[in-house]
Parts: sequence; structure tokens; C-alpha cells
Amino acid sequence: MKRRLAQYSTRTHDFEKHDHRSRDPPVCHMILVSEGRKMAAHLSYGRVNLNILREAARKELREFLDKCAGSKAIVWDEYLTGPFGLIAQYSLLKEHEVEKMFTLKPGRLPAADVKNIIFFVRPKLELMDIIADNVASEDKLRTPRDFHVLFVPRRSLLCEQRLKEKGVLGSLINVDEYILDLIPYDGDLLSMESESAFRECYLENDQTSLYHTAKGLMTLQALYGTIPQIFGKGECARHVANMMLRMKREFAGCQTQILPVFDTLLLLDRNVDLLTPLATQLTYEGLIDEIYSINNGYVKLPPEKFAQKKQGEGEKDLPTEPKKLQLNSAEELYAEIRDKNFNAVGAALSKKAKIISAAFEERHNAKTVGEIKQFVSQLPHMQAARTSLANHTSVAELIKDITTSDAFFDNLTVEQEFMTGVDTDKANTYIEDCIARKDPLIKILRLVCMQSVCNNGLKQKVLDFYKREILQTYGFQHILTLNNLEKAGLLKLQTATRNNYPTIRKTLKLWMEDANEQNPNDISYVYSGYAPLSVRLTQLLARPGWRSIEEVLKMLPGPHFEERQQLPSGLHKKRQQGENRITLVFFLGGVTYAEIAALRFLSQMEDGGTEYVIATTKLINGTSFIKSLMERLEVPP
Amino acid sequence: MMRSKPDEDDYWNSSKFRAFTFDDDDDEFSTLKESKRAVNSIVVDDDDDDDEDDVEKVSWSGEPVGSISWSIKETASSVHVGGQDHGFPKIDSTPSLPRQGSGYSLSSLFKGRPKSGSIQAISESFPDVPSRSFAPELRKPKAEYKDYSDWSPEETVRRMQRGKAYSFETFRSLKDKMLLLDEAVHANDGNVITAVLIFLKKSLSKEILSRELTSREIALRHYIHYLKEMGEQKSLVELLKSLGRTEDMALLQYKEHLNIKDEVRKKEYLKACIGLPFSPEDASHVQDHYTLLERQIIIEANDKQAENKVEVFKKHPRKASILNMPIITTLYYSCFYHYGEPEGTFSSPANIRSTFKISEKQYFLTVLGARAKLKEWFDVDRLFTAKNWFGYTKKKSPIGFHRVVDILQKNNAPVQVLQEYVSLVEDTEQKISLAQKYKCHDIVIDTYKDLKDRQQLIIYQGKVERNSPEDRKIQDLLNNTQIRWKN
Repeated sequence: MKRRLAQYSTRTHDFEKHDHRSRDPPVCHMILVSEGRKMAAHLSYGRVNLNILREAARKELREFLDKCAGSKAIVWDEYLTGPFGLIAQYSLLKEHEVEKMFTLKPGRLPAADVKNIIFFVRPKLELMDIIADNVASEDKLRTPRDFHVLFVPRRSLLCEQRLKEKGVLGSLINVDEYILDLIPYDGDLLSMESESAFRECYLENDQTSLYHTAKGLMTLQALYGTIPQIFGKGECARHVANMMLRMKREFAGCQTQILPVFDTLLLLDRNVDLLTPLATQLTYEGLIDEIYSINNGYVKLPPEKFAQKKQGEGEKDLPTEPKKLQLNSAEELYAEIRDKNFNAVGAALSKKAKIISAAFEERHNAKTVGEIKQFVSQLPHMQAARTSLANHTSVAELIKDITTSDAFFDNLTVEQEFMTGVDTDKANTYIEDCIARKDPLIKILRLVCMQSVCNNGLKQKVLDFYKREILQTYGFQHILTLNNLEKAGLLKLQTATRNNYPTIRKTLKLWMEDANEQNPNDISYVYSGYAPLSVRLTQLLARPGWRSIEEVLKMLPGPHFEERQQLPSGLHKKRQQGENRITLVFFLGGVTYAEIAALRFLSQMEDGGTEYVIATTKLINGTSFIKSLMERLEVPP
Repeated sequence: MMRSKPDEDDYWNSSKFRAFTFDDDDDEFSTLKESKRAVNSIVVDDDDDDDEDDVEKVSWSGEPVGSISWSIKETASSVHVGGQDHGFPKIDSTPSLPRQGSGYSLSSLFKGRPKSGSIQAISESFPDVPSRSFAPELRKPKAEYKDYSDWSPEETVRRMQRGKAYSFETFRSLKDKMLLLDEAVHANDGNVITAVLIFLKKSLSKEILSRELTSREIALRHYIHYLKEMGEQKSLVELLKSLGRTEDMALLQYKEHLNIKDEVRKKEYLKACIGLPFSPEDASHVQDHYTLLERQIIIEANDKQAENKVEVFKKHPRKASILNMPIITTLYYSCFYHYGEPEGTFSSPANIRSTFKISEKQYFLTVLGARAKLKEWFDVDRLFTAKNWFGYTKKKSPIGFHRVVDILQKNNAPVQVLQEYVSLVEDTEQKISLAQKYKCHDIVIDTYKDLKDRQQLIIYQGKVERNSPEDRKIQDLLNNTQIRWKN
């Protein structure tokens, strides 16, 4: 089947602007850095130096390690190695006498001739049981080792009670917490890496994660100065703002004397915009996440396309282990293409290929010893750039195989029908067919929820039909999941009131007919037509202000508000002419990579006037979002 | 291909739905290939990473060498203890990046904790003191905590939040306990709220606690969450019941069935669930769930007996038990092993269909899939045959015939069978493309004949084998002067 893109009228000035932005710096403009900085240099490239936050976290880690004098072994809750990797490497631990590292598992701990055993764990009851088991199985004949527990991101009295019940609390020398609320993820991105935040807030009604959010924001203000303006939309946003204001009153004594870095904080509830995470992201990074899921800045990919063939060697055995790639803005090429619509990635890669080829050709022109020396000194960087290009070409090939499939196309067509309001009040044949084909349940739920959101609820008949089909095909136990989705508002029965989605769509211009994927002029390019509601709200707040959209704001759930925080005199920022404002947008309940791309796009707009730093409880996509709301059905062993 | 190009362009340009691929003239495949070629063409002599110490080292699995997860594997696998050097470069651990602010440590910002608290064994100095917890810096003069009896709820909560020693001993009256709870809720710290709730759960009767929680929504949520975490199913059910949240209670009890392994016990449990106060829709689903498992148990017992006797089981041995499978899977199973049984038997497809009100589409798809898998083409034929008032037989299908063809083809149906269904596809263009794909020559030829499309017929003649019956048939048609071709 032949498919074509709509032809876009590319206005010249648009093109030039874009070209100017993405002009390549001299090839391989990498800075020589020592390890500590190498891993994190990209954090300080952004408008706000997030490395300060990382440094503070590292300092605390060192302090904790030094408190346990003598040689140590760390036993890791495996989940934590990801987030910790964003803060520190083994070398830091090693300098503080960490000699061994193990993964937490039941039974006896491996032998290690160290004075201290430190458990790095999340506050989870099942992990307490494992620790108890480890401690109880310790060989009594050996020299006793000191046990410590470090809770990340917070201690939990509940867990301590469990340790006490198990009779091991007394054997622990030290129980402490390592507060890791906001982890610097990239130059403009912070995440709490709290998977269950949305579920807890909207399903369990447990607002503990909001308390941690408020705490994290206080930490941030302690490092980057008080944020003078707070805006918000949604119940959770209101709650967080209230807690922040209260905490500020309580800490009134220790006012920080730091010139504020952020001008504005915008708190957004995820449930104000449930549509966006359900839609398939169409940026490069978004698609990598949709298809292969990015965890703590890493992605695991099928290895076939990455097999290296060296000259003179025959077919090597294909590696069977997945290829793991780190993805962040430290990689120049990735920084350049991550936020592009995938349709624009091919061209960007081929352009890059030409530049790199040209750079390598330079060697033929190098005549003098000086020139050759210069060329050789650049070689390592050029090779890194080549590796990067090879990797991303392979990744793009993998993704392209998916995006050109009929299945992907059909799914996207239905999504776009829903988003534009076509036949959202009827049972959809495509969804019905997918159920009959036994496509993955999450895919079905994602589509049904999307239809419900775009229709402000489904008619009784339609809702009943979907439910029956799902239960008959996937099993009755999913009654529980369907109930969860209803409680969270993702799936609902249409009440007597009119479907207000079309009004919201039109007023906020959520659908742009002529989205330009190659040289975007609007945020809608990230979903090839759909402009994420959350980012539209952010955009409109900066200009012309929310007063212009009062009516629509009232249609969206939860209150909207504005608060001001007093700054100590002398800390009022005097903005240079032409200097952009900086807004921190906090997504309570998760944010997608496509939304981040849209915000980065706004930051880069020449006359935008505002730059954005993004914070969230967790980086999500439609699949992980729905998954977090599903009832855990596996039977405990 | 067949469609005229302008039409196609018009479609995509006018449609609000954008296909997700790449422009012809700038085909992604070619650009990707181009960059791949470029990458490969760059030949550099040293391909080894050894001398690239300024470029980050990455192991094949992608973990940067020296990262935590990489090091866990490395350090755990080494047998020798201590002193072994893994060749990590010595690195300056105090990077010279902007120092402003790095003097802070996160905890010191709020906790006012001494920077280098000495660590001594807490448990040594306070061997098992009930309902009291201690944080590390408690090695302070005793004076600081000896008078905790005077602490107000505010002070207690604040100390808890900061990880300092606290005691609940002074909160004896119900009023004092509730003041403490309210203060904890006011602080918004879930950890503290839960700790207070644990204390209340131990020191108050269930009735009083649930009565008090009724008017304290936030504390109540935390309590429910706590009971869930602890797996205290019984207390939770009682609590929800006393709160009048009967639907939640019913679902919670229903969920319990997942923990029952024995199918007969599970069936009995589900039966008991039927009477629970579900919403009307859920109630009917739970009823169905029970009925389904009941049937499955009967079918399973019978089929186990039949396994070595009945032909179909011998020919196609069962791979798994039918217990706990969804309805549609059960229907498929029944269409596979019990097709043609009278509607009165539990295992017959017709019975399952009517008992669980399976939609016509789902039913057809499932039967078709099962019978096609067994290559029972006669059953497939009958499935779609309907007699009308005059005794004519006519093929009817609730699903498009193109999907029927797809399913048959996936089950390797012979051309004669496929042909019959391809010819029933309504859309002419779709019919031709399916017929071409599955080599149903007669259909292609007849359709072009009906369309009076001589040109296409000539083109198609080029695709069939020389002197084959198809070839001759086309030639006959082309020689036929009676036909008034349109081109």
C-alpha cells in the first residue's frame, strides 16, 4: 500500500530559522572531561545548571558512606541502580571504601571480607523480608559484620516496624534515609522516578507522593532560590502549592539568600490532560520509548542491527544479548534529533552522515605535520560521532520497520479519528477487530480510554459492549482493572451533560490541520497534528495568560490558581533586555517524551520569551500509564 | 498501482488523517541506507577503544564501564577479596564544576542534622524499647528526651518528621489520640500518618477506630492503603463494610479468588461472591465467571477421560487444560473438540454461545478459526450458508469476506476453498487484489471480463504461465469478438 504525507508548504523564513537553530557545531565538539563530570556534563549545559542538584545529592551520599567507617559492601535493591546511576558511579563509591556490590536476594549473603554491609533499598515491605532473611542467615562463626539500611528515597516507619517484627531491627547498626526526590535526568529535566504516583493520587487517594513533591520543590528552592510565582491547575496542584506555602512559613527562619533562578512554577495535574499520554508519541525519542521503553535514560534494543562487521572477518556470531544504549543530551547527535518528528529524522541523519564523511576526508588534505597532528587529535571525537551515527541509524531502521507497518498505521488512524472527534460516540470497529485478534490488552484499553476521554465519557451501550468483549476475550479477572480505570476517570459513563471535548479542542487549537513535521511552527508536530493539551496550557499561560481561556479552564477538572511568594528584598531579579523568563513545569502524575519535546520546542522559539525546565513524578507513555493502573493479577508464589 | 496517482494524492492531501511514512522523493529508506553507507564507508585503521581514554567506555551491553549496575556484576563475580584492582581509572571525585551550592547537602537543608554524626550502635544503648523509634543523632545528652512526656501532638509529629526520637506513651485518652492523628494529617506526611495509625490500631478497638476514621477522610485513605499493603484482607473488608463502601468491598472480596489455586474451591468461592453488592453490570459478570468455571470443570473432567479414546483428541492432543481460560478461548476449544454436539450439552459451541451471549461476530470468527485450523472446509462452508425463503442457498457473513479469506489463507486453505470466498468479496478492487495474491486465476479473469477491461486482461496474461489453462482461458476471451471491451 502506498502512503503519502500531505505536502507541506514550507515557508522560507521558517526553514531558515530552523536551520539556524540546528546548525551543526564543528564536528565532534566534545570537551575533555574527567569521570565525575563526564557522566554529568550535559546537566550543566542547560539554562539552569542542574548539576548543582546532582552535586548536592553526591555530597550527601559521600557523607553517608563516611559515616560507616571501614570497608563496605553494598547490597542493592536492583530497581535503585538505575536512578542511582544518574547520580554516581562505582568510582565514587569505591573511593569511600565500597569494595563489593551485590544484588539483594533471599538467603545467605555472599562472602565478603568487609566491616560493613549496607542495604540500599526502597521502602517496600517485601524487601524488608529479604533483608531480614539475609541478616538472619549470617554465619555466626565469622567475624561479625555491621549491618546498615539506607532507605531511598525515604525512610518508612512501616518498614521499620516490619524489620522489628522480624526481629532484626536490633541487629542493624544504623537505619537511615537518602532523600532522592528529584533526580536530574537531563539538562532540563528532573524526575522523581516514582512509578506509582498517578495511581496513588487518583486511585488510592494517597497523597504521600505529593508531600514528597512539595519537599522536592523546597529542596530545589533552597538551591535555586525562591520561585516568586506559582500557577497551577488541578486538585493535586492545589494541594502541592498549599504544602509548599506552609513549609515556607515553617522554614521562615532559614530564608535562602539566593537570587531566584526560576521566575515561575507551573504545577499541572496529569488528570487535567488524560488524552495526551494515551496518544502514540511520534517524536524520535517518544517512539523509542513507545516501542522499546526507556528506563533511567537507557534503552535495550534487539541486537541484530547493531552487529559490527569488521573488514577481513567473516560473519561473526550474532550477539543474542540486547544492545543497551544510553540516551541523553550528552550525545550531540541525539540531542539534535531526539525531539524531531520521526519523519524528519531520516533527513537529519543523512545530513549528519555527509558532514562526518567530509570530516574524515579531511585527512587527505592534511599535508603538513601540524595539520596531520591536528587531524589525529580530532580522531577520537570523530570516531565517537561515527559510532553515534551508526547507532542511531540502526535505531531509526528498527523504528521505521514498525511505523511503516499496517498495524501501526491503522492504530494511528483510529487515534487521530478520536482526537478529531470522528464517531467517538459509537462502538469502534477497529477496536472490536483488535479484540477479536486478541491484540495485547493494554493496546485495547489505551484505545477505549482514549475514545472515552475524547467523548467526555461513553454511552452506556458502548461502554457495556467494550466491557463485555474485553472480559469475554481476556478473562473476567479484568473486572478489577476496568473498575480502576473508571475510578481514575480514564473510562467513564457519559452523563447527561454535553460532550465538551469539541469545545476544548477548538478553543485550545488541539488539532492543527497543517502540522509541519519537517520544520515545525507549532507544538502539534510532536503528535503529527495533535497539540498536547498540557503544553498548550503552558504556552497560553506565558502568552497571553490564562485569563483568556477562563471558560475552558473551568471545563477541565480541578481548580486553577495563582500564588505569589515574597522574595527577601534585594533578591528581585533585574532581567536583562531580551533575557528569557524561566518557567519550571511540574507534571504531577507523569509526563511523556513528546510533551517534553513540545516544551523544548517552545523554549527554542525565537520570540517565545520563556524557557522551560521540566519536572515530573515519572516519565511515562501510554503503555506504562495504563499498566500502572491495572490490577496486579499475578498470584504470589 | 492500479489507482491513478492524482486520486491518491488528492486523498492524502484532503484527508485530515495523515499517513505516517515518508515522501517518495525523499524516501526514508534511501536516506537511512545512505547514512548507513556513509558510516560503513568511513574506514579508520584503529578500531580499538584502548587508546580512547577520553571517550566514555561502554561495554557491549551498553553499561558505561564503571557504572553501578556494571560494577555489581564485576565486583560480585570476582572471587578474591579486597585489594583487587579492576583497572578503574583514578578519578578526581571532586569535580571542578560550578561550586555554588554544592556546599549543601540535601538533608542538611531541612533536618538540621549534624554534618558528621557519630554512629554508634543505637540498639546497644536502647535495647528494644517499645513504641519508640530512634534516629541516628540520638546520641545526645539524655536531657533532650527525658521530658518527652510533655510533648504536644505538634512537637511529636515534628520530631517524627525529622527522624528524631518520639513516644506515643503520653497519648492515652481517645481525645489525645485523635489530636495526634489530626496533627499528623495536617503535616501531610504519609509516613507519619501511617505510624500514628499503626499505634491507633494497636491501642483502639476496631469499632472505635473505624467510627473515628469515618469523619477523617485522609487518615482513612491511608489506613485503607496500609491494610492493603499489609495484606490484612479481613480487617479491610470489615472496615469497608462499616463505612458503607459496599461495592469496593465486593470487588476486594472478588479479587481474593486469584489466590485460590484449587479450581473446585475457587468455583465455590466465586459462587459465594455472586451475592455480594456489586454494581448491576459487575454482578452479571461475576455470575458469568462462576458459570464459566463450573462448565470448564465439567468439560475438563470429561475430556481427560476422552483423551485416549476419541479420535480428535488423539490426533490433536490437548496442550493445556481449559480451566481458567477466558470465554472466547473456551469457545474455540469447544469448536475444536466438541463441534457438532447438540445444543443441550455444556461443551457444545451453541450452548456456550447462548449462555454467555457471545456476539455474532465473535462467534463466527472463533468457529471459523477453529474449523479452519482442523482443515474442516465442509464445516466452514456450512457456517456461511444460509437458506432463504425460497430454498436458495446463499453465503452470508457478519464479518467481511476479505477477513474470512485472510483467516482461511493463514490456515493454508487450498485454492479451491479460498476461491469461493474471494469471489464473495464485495469490493471489486479488493477482490482482484486478493485473487491475484492467492492466485485465484478464474476470479481475476472473470472479473476483468465483467469489467470489460481488455488492457488489464492482457497484462494479467503476462503473469500467468504459458499454455496453462488460465493462459488459454484469457486467450479465448481476447479472441472472443462478442465482448465489447471498454479499452
